[in-house]
Amino acid sequence: MAAVSTTDLASADKLETHKTRQARIYGFVLIGLAALVAIVFALESAGEATFRLSHPRDTWVVPNLVVPAAPFNFLAAAVLALLGVRQFMRGGSKWSMISIAAGCAIAVAAFLVWATAGKSFSLTGMLSATVVAAVPIALGGLAGVLSERVAVVNIAIEGMLLAGAFTGALMGSLLGGWGGLLCAVIVGGMFGFILAALVVTYRMDQIIAGVVINLFVLGVTSYVSSQVFSEYRALNNAPVFRAWKIPFLGDIPVIGSVLFNQNLFVYGAVILVCVATYYLFHTRYGLRARSVGEHPRAADTLGINVYSTRYINVTLAGMVAGFGGAWFTLGSVGRFDENMTGGLGYIGLAAMIFGRWHPVGALMAALIFGFADSLQQKLAIVRTPIPSEFLAMAPYIATIVVVAGFVGRSRPPAADGKPYVKE
Amino acid sequence: MDVELRGITKRFGPVTANDDVNLTIRAGEVLGLLGENGAGKSTMMNILSGLYSPDEGQILIDGKPVDFEGPGDGIAAGIGMVHQHFMLVPVFTVAENVILGVEPTGRFDYLDLATARKQVRDINEKYGLQVDPDALIEDLPVGIQQRVEILKVLFRSAEVLILDEPTAVLTPQEVEEFFGIVKSLRDAGKAIVFITHKLHEIIEIADRINVLRGGRITGEGDPKTLTENQLAEMMVGRPVSFDVKKGPFDPKETLLEVKNLVVLRENDEIAVNHASFHVRSGEVVGIAGVQGNGQSALIEAVTGLHHVTAGSISFLGKDITNASARERHRMGMAHIPEDRHKSGMISNFTIYENMVLNTYYDDRFSNGPNIKWPEVLKTAAQYAIDFDVRTPSVYLKAGNLSGGNQQKMVVARELERETKLVIAAQPTRGLDVGSIEYIHSRLMDARDEGDGVIIVSSELDEIMSLSDRILVMFEGRIVAEFDATAGPVDKNAVGLAMAGAHE
Amino acid sequence: MTDTSNRDTLTAKLLQRAAPGRAEFEDLVIVPIFAVIVALIVGALVMLATAVDIQTIGRSYLALLQGSVGSINSLSETLTSAIPLVLAGLGLALGFRAGLFNIGAEGQIIVGGIAAVIVGFSFPGMPWIIHLPLALLAGAVAGGLYASIAGWLRAATGAHEVISTIMLNLISYRLLDYMLGLTWMQREGRSDPVSKSVVPSAELPRLLTDIDPNLRLHAGIFVMIGAVILVYWLLFKTKTGFEFRASGENPDAARYAGMRASLIIVLAMATAGALAGLAGANQVLGVLERATPGFSAGIGFDAISVALLGRSHPIGVLFAGLLFGALEAGGRQMQVDAGVSIDLIGIIQALIIVFIAAPLLVRAIFPWGFRKPAERKE
Repeated sequence: MAAVSTTDLASADKLETHKTRQARIYGFVLIGLAALVAIVFALESAGEATFRLSHPRDTWVVPNLVVPAAPFNFLAAAVLALLGVRQFMRGGSKWSMISIAAGCAIAVAAFLVWATAGKSFSLTGMLSATVVAAVPIALGGLAGVLSERVAVVNIAIEGMLLAGAFTGALMGSLLGGWGGLLCAVIVGGMFGFILAALVVTYRMDQIIAGVVINLFVLGVTSYVSSQVFSEYRALNNAPVFRAWKIPFLGDIPVIGSVLFNQNLFVYGAVILVCVATYYLFHTRYGLRARSVGEHPRAADTLGINVYSTRYINVTLAGMVAGFGGAWFTLGSVGRFDENMTGGLGYIGLAAMIFGRWHPVGALMAALIFGFADSLQQKLAIVRTPIPSEFLAMAPYIATIVVVAGFVGRSRPPAADGKPYVKE
Repeated sequence: MDVELRGITKRFGPVTANDDVNLTIRAGEVLGLLGENGAGKSTMMNILSGLYSPDEGQILIDGKPVDFEGPGDGIAAGIGMVHQHFMLVPVFTVAENVILGVEPTGRFDYLDLATARKQVRDINEKYGLQVDPDALIEDLPVGIQQRVEILKVLFRSAEVLILDEPTAVLTPQEVEEFFGIVKSLRDAGKAIVFITHKLHEIIEIADRINVLRGGRITGEGDPKTLTENQLAEMMVGRPVSFDVKKGPFDPKETLLEVKNLVVLRENDEIAVNHASFHVRSGEVVGIAGVQGNGQSALIEAVTGLHHVTAGSISFLGKDITNASARERHRMGMAHIPEDRHKSGMISNFTIYENMVLNTYYDDRFSNGPNIKWPEVLKTAAQYAIDFDVRTPSVYLKAGNLSGGNQQKMVVARELERETKLVIAAQPTRGLDVGSIEYIHSRLMDARDEGDGVIIVSSELDEIMSLSDRILVMFEGRIVAEFDATAGPVDKNAVGLAMAGAHE
Repeated sequence: MTDTSNRDTLTAKLLQRAAPGRAEFEDLVIVPIFAVIVALIVGALVMLATAVDIQTIGRSYLALLQGSVGSINSLSETLTSAIPLVLAGLGLALGFRAGLFNIGAEGQIIVGGIAAVIVGFSFPGMPWIIHLPLALLAGAVAGGLYASIAGWLRAATGAHEVISTIMLNLISYRLLDYMLGLTWMQREGRSDPVSKSVVPSAELPRLLTDIDPNLRLHAGIFVMIGAVILVYWLLFKTKTGFEFRASGENPDAARYAGMRASLIIVLAMATAGALAGLAGANQVLGVLERATPGFSAGIGFDAISVALLGRSHPIGVLFAGLLFGALEAGGRQMQVDAGVSIDLIGIIQALIIVFIAAPLLVRAIFPWGFRKPAERKE
């Protein structure tokens, strides 16, 4: 309704709008990063950083990327400083977000160069690990998107992942990989259904319901694994889905091994994200689901059954999370360990927020978290001056930063977290 | 299509919302349904649209009894309802809102928005509604949103349209336009039920009037022969005077001075645009305007609840632009918030806790870190008596009170202390006539005792009857000022200003 | 009747408190009892499903009973387990009352425990009257500061405390691993990650060693009782508590009433964290006498259940903590006697919460236990 453009008004009046304040904060962040890169990374970088881009056995071998460490980092610092100053001078433009994103990427690159200076490091290996690490986060995030789009807050993703992992291992050992996967999806869906029942029918607080499901799943899986698995090891020895190289595409240097030489779960995650996007934004039932998340009473007056829509979508979310959970066992080690999801479900939730409640956004956010995770694992091997425990904190700190920095700017479905009581 | 309600009774626990109601709705006719808040109008219409099912009684369509089990059934039978609070998804487009629930689809359940747009345009042309199918609802003014609601029911080929308090958010000019649409619908053979508590509107638009009070039909009549006073008596059950008693206008020193106030919303949209005004002791300043034109942000800025981007506010001669809400409160600023459920009270707290919600820290009620609960209880009981809050006990949860009593509780809390300026936002929204009269008289008492009073209301009639001076807000600016002490203000002129037709 | 006397009778009437209704009794007594019974039945079903025979199930529940209240040793164990649960549970309850869903008690326990242990081993020779309170205080302050991070993030940026506290938990595990590897922290002559032992002047003294030197009940129980009283007073008798509860119930109304939301959030988180930190200090000063990896042992998560079960009321938390402490202590006995994994207790605890938090569910299962709820209007 505002016919008056704020930008005009602001320039005439020197008003401090939220945008200009935000731009100033970004400016500070960028200049801080520049200082960090210049003082810590650039001054302490010696020699060259070697990034391996391909494996000697690859179809096409690409030469290594060799970066002179100190010059690169001074350059990076200069670019960061430039971006920061630009934020102060011309803040509030649409470039703010791009600047801060580019700035973060440059800072990460500088950090990598500093850490690898004088050594060599498999970049392709790390990117490939990024994609793998992103899978459970992306699927967790997608499960969050599906249920929060119908306004059910899903803290239970962690429990659903754990249930999927457990079922995958148990049933995978009995029925083989595919059978295990199917059962994991079903059990995940079952917990989705239970969550829906608790919050929709029994009107339990959504966060409490989620936390309780997490506690319950943790209890059951830990109990069975110590009561049963410790005795019958054969029940916890499932086959693992191996990587399957897509012909031709898998041979492309760098990209091929990162994207097209992965296992079922990576491809599955991408397909599910596409299907979910189509479902939510281009189909009748997606439109109805979103209306239930935004304005359930309006949907109700139009004859859309709010309760069953929530049941169905939250159950679907559980199935997606069950599939994601199976990754931990069937997609990686084939064996279940107590609490093996280790909080990734919550990181999935953060990915959902960062991805603005959109499946594709959640996938992208998951890749960033996956990057943080694989980075710390690979760097622990290279040996950096930073203690490995601190590197291991990286994904968690990244999660906090992301949630703190972006939650204010993204808008959850309007009815998110609110129970709907029919009149 | 004709619809008949026979002996409809609906109870919610101990409350009987509808008691043996009989009603006939005919095609090509506007049926006016008059009743004050809480009379059972909405319940009845929700039964008719299938949202509620009646405990007793029958609905007949063209003489045949029907049985609705959900809102879908009402729509399927050709009964469409335009709710008082719009049932639109703000982040969807017009077309998406219109087709929701009856979507045209292609293969793989693909949402066929192209067809939807075309269908929306067709209806647009047929009834002269003029709505852009691709506009986002949240970007549309309320008047247009209402047309989207009408589009929705027409899209479902409704033959009976129920309009629940449709004019509440419109300017007088928009009301005229809206009546034009209603008439064209009636002439196209639709049956219209027009629900309102505004007497002059029902006389203007209705072909037949039914009056509802306490869940029963208490009167029927012909708008051509009935007078407003007769209708009012049928509606309330006793003679009603529309005049508010107030003392002679005798303004004294300036209490509040707002200069060039600019307030921005979270998304940097401008909410209040260089507003300047003042309030003097002993005068009532009414702020009129269509909902969403910056009145709420203005009040929040004045009461210290919203960040001020530019400009200044001074109160009792002191600059308070950056003072906290509590400081202003202590200086004698009272605030009756526009949404009592959201921000005026805590439903889960007891009445006595709500009575000291913003004075608990005062020396009267606290001693060091401790709250003196016995003192609080005693005071709360006195407030309840003074302000006619009807409750069995002050230990009751505030959420259990009726709307009128809740509002009286809030008003009691705000006025029962040394006040200099009373800011009342939508002070009577959704209340019954008795409570409205009571709250109006207390506000006027405050004025006569020398307080300044600001009243913000979307009910233009309320503003007109209470104010000594009327300010009109449009798109964040104060676009007009009317002096009501000299003589009656031209309602039409105020309406034009509300629509932005100034200068 | 004169006007004033009329007014006086009216006042007296308004000040009368309705007798607690049947609904309240159902909520406070019947629902929890049903919850515990159903949880135990489901627990038995879980055991059946994992091929535990009926006899063993009977034996394990018997062991559960004996191990929790069957002897003075069991009672001592129950109380010892209950102390940290009640302390952390009080913190969480306080947060819930203020509308903050703090999942971070685990991390706050760890950080508080680390701080208490450092103070506990760093000042040998200090008199206990100073040393012990100092160590407890260090735990409380560290836990409070750690929790304030999440509070500050919520207040300043709107980051939801559920996610940030969970991340802070995960960070605290790594921090503990790191700290236990530092040379000044590690026990002399040991390469495994165990901290130095707390010197006796900072230990919470054991109370029942005169009866049996193995009884572990320690002076932390006084800390616990003190905390219950303190939280009760804070929540229901003070201005700060009023502000906490008001912002928890309706943050908008609290803001309109001139309360400062950010300050309240940070303050509530800090208090909650301090109580959790105190729980951590209790564990290291009263039970373990050192910090080890994973010394928090999931107390922070059990405390969530305790707070929920206790309806976020200090007295309720006390009873819930005692119940969970009993389950804990009995569960250990059960594992020894019947060979049933103690993880079963986790399942039972989760189920209790399900039934507590969804009274409608309990009503649906046991319709005959309750009065029919009247249909409510809108």
